[in-house]
Amino acid sequence: MSGSPFFLDEILFIVLPYLAFGIFLLVSIRRYIRETFTFSSLSSQFLENQQHFWGLVPFHYGIITILTGHVIGFLIPREILLWNSHPLRLYVLEIAAFIFGLLTMIGLISIIIRRATVPKIKMVTSWADWVLFGMFVVQILSGLYTAVFHSWGSSWYAAAAVPYLWSLLTLNPDIGAITAMPWMVKLHIVGAYLIIAFFPFTRLVHALVVPNPYLWRKPQVVRWYGIRKSPARPLH
Amino acid sequence: MNVRSQISMVFHLDKCIGCHTCSLACKNIWTDRRGTEYMWWNNVETKPGTGFPTQWEDQEKYRGGWKVVDGKLKLRSTDKRHTVTDIFHNPSQPTMDDYYEPWTYKYDELFNAPEGADQPTARPISMVTGEYINIESGPNWDDDLGGSPVYAENDPNFKGLSHEQRQQLFAIERLVFFYFPRICNHCLNPSCVASCPSGALYKRGEDGIVLIDQKRCRGWRSCIAACPYKKTFYNWSTGKSEKCVLCYPRLETGQAPACFHSCVGRIRYLGVLLYDADRLEEVAKLPDDQLVDGQRSLILNPNDPEVVAAALKNGIHESVVEHAQRSPVYQFVKEWKLALPPHIEFRTLPMLFYVPPMSPVMASKNDDTVESVSENFFHDIEEARVPLQFLANLFGAGHQAKVVYALKKQKAVRMYRRAVTVGDIDLKTAERLLTEAGSSVEEAEAIYRLTSLCTFDDRFVIPPMHREEAIEMIKDPHEHRASTGFGFVQSPERGL
Repeated sequence: MSGSPFFLDEILFIVLPYLAFGIFLLVSIRRYIRETFTFSSLSSQFLENQQHFWGLVPFHYGIITILTGHVIGFLIPREILLWNSHPLRLYVLEIAAFIFGLLTMIGLISIIIRRATVPKIKMVTSWADWVLFGMFVVQILSGLYTAVFHSWGSSWYAAAAVPYLWSLLTLNPDIGAITAMPWMVKLHIVGAYLIIAFFPFTRLVHALVVPNPYLWRKPQVVRWYGIRKSPARPLH
Repeated sequence: MNVRSQISMVFHLDKCIGCHTCSLACKNIWTDRRGTEYMWWNNVETKPGTGFPTQWEDQEKYRGGWKVVDGKLKLRSTDKRHTVTDIFHNPSQPTMDDYYEPWTYKYDELFNAPEGADQPTARPISMVTGEYINIESGPNWDDDLGGSPVYAENDPNFKGLSHEQRQQLFAIERLVFFYFPRICNHCLNPSCVASCPSGALYKRGEDGIVLIDQKRCRGWRSCIAACPYKKTFYNWSTGKSEKCVLCYPRLETGQAPACFHSCVGRIRYLGVLLYDADRLEEVAKLPDDQLVDGQRSLILNPNDPEVVAAALKNGIHESVVEHAQRSPVYQFVKEWKLALPPHIEFRTLPMLFYVPPMSPVMASKNDDTVESVSENFFHDIEEARVPLQFLANLFGAGHQAKVVYALKKQKAVRMYRRAVTVGDIDLKTAERLLTEAGSSVEEAEAIYRLTSLCTFDDRFVIPPMHREEAIEMIKDPHEHRASTGFGFVQSPERGL
């Protein structure tokens, strides 16, 4: 692929990631300031409660685990390689990752079936949701394929892909390792950039407003007029 | 003492005729938008009945409100741990089936139908999908005991009633029911506020109205599971939760909320109460039988100079204190002890109080003559058609004493007024009755006046809300007046 006349690799692995992150940041911030009202989980459990469980729960636990794995590999690649130096530990990590990937896929399939078949749910499904489902299907399938047919991804991700990601982050892009990768892996990387670029336009923004301060705040919330502070202690 | 003010309400159930005017006034103002069609911020239930959403009082099913665990207040199903683990799928979340699928009719079919032998009909269509639907239930499906064997029998308040007592309610010749209008209780210890992961729900410091910040709400729906009265609702179209706002834009301009204003039976009262916020937690943890007294002890006497001084020191406006002194709610709840909180065992300390309803007078039959008066004037309270335990489950956390007290006093006031106006009861007997009920002639006259002769101004003592003070802190009020308007800067529409 390298030496392509249209600089395809440069466009896909240097221009696209910067563009995607730029769109992600600017649009997310703009939407948060200008269209605050549209930040919502847009839950549809109220309209359908049975299939909801079998779709949403596996999908969320699956994708959160997989994403966390990618982030950990990005942050501490050496430790991952060290962990994988023992074959048994490598198998455990690979199999666990594959199971969570499968869980995500099963959840996504249930979600798609629910969105396509339940009349009430169809009413709250937008075109953007369908685009997103398509992107996720490609992304998860390419990930699962890579896990099965390009073995020990956790190791070569840490050894080859992570340095590339760091080179992007440090504004010194080096795509040497990426251009040599199989096309399915390239698809997975490009798919990720496209999802990041599309992210702020969709319902995915609910992930940006997960409610963490709740865990530390007092139970009761009282708001006073204007800038005046509560004259006395809060309720609890 | 940490004095705060709270707009509170009293609903006099003995006067409610179940006309649903309040519900419609509210619906027309607030919930006629897409996604809110199924919501009834104000609804009127027939008791016994299952209510709206169905069996909302059953916390085994919906797991809302607070419970005391090892001397600590805990949310029943929406504490922090559960909010984290249940965030993708909340098992105690009601669904549309627990309320009803809203519908309208295809009226154009009445006009467009081809000529034929049959009358054209307007078939019902779902307001969610637009498809034809078979209507299976609605928000008032069991109104006036409609379908009692299915609905009324499932009333959660039958807990602790014997089989005979239950049957007594349904025997045709003894059939009895009353109406139970409900809005948000604007609780002192709201479980909806405590459960909100986004911190979108809050209690207004100045008047205690509980609101949902539409910009902060992310649709996690903890409040819906947490509210034991099921008075927060999920707008499935915008992905935000909504609730009764006590018509605060009306209150701020000195008008009574729409449901209060339109009440045909004049059952509704609204006024300010001063309460001690420091003792909230302590009271919310009391054993069931002490909760009613505990909540009453939170409510402070607005005529006590010490309370007034503390209120002013806390920034409560003088005019609000003056209105608290004339509050009809204070009289019903604290002075006369006639009004009781609904299901206080949920421990949210609701600030909407109900005067329990009198059952129809039970006549006793001697041979062929019917006697309505016996030596024991209070006999029809203990042997009322609505079993006392049923009312106690609703208004006394299962304990009858407070309900009996309120009913006896109402009965004594009735007898006293009958002695005065009709004269077939001896005035001495009536006065004895008042004493037995813990009342006096003066109090009976006051209760009579506020119950039967009350004008608009007697029922609604709305304090000035002093929005101008709030605005002054941010900008010049004159500039604000010229620049502000109603509505959204950004339209409240669902995002992609």
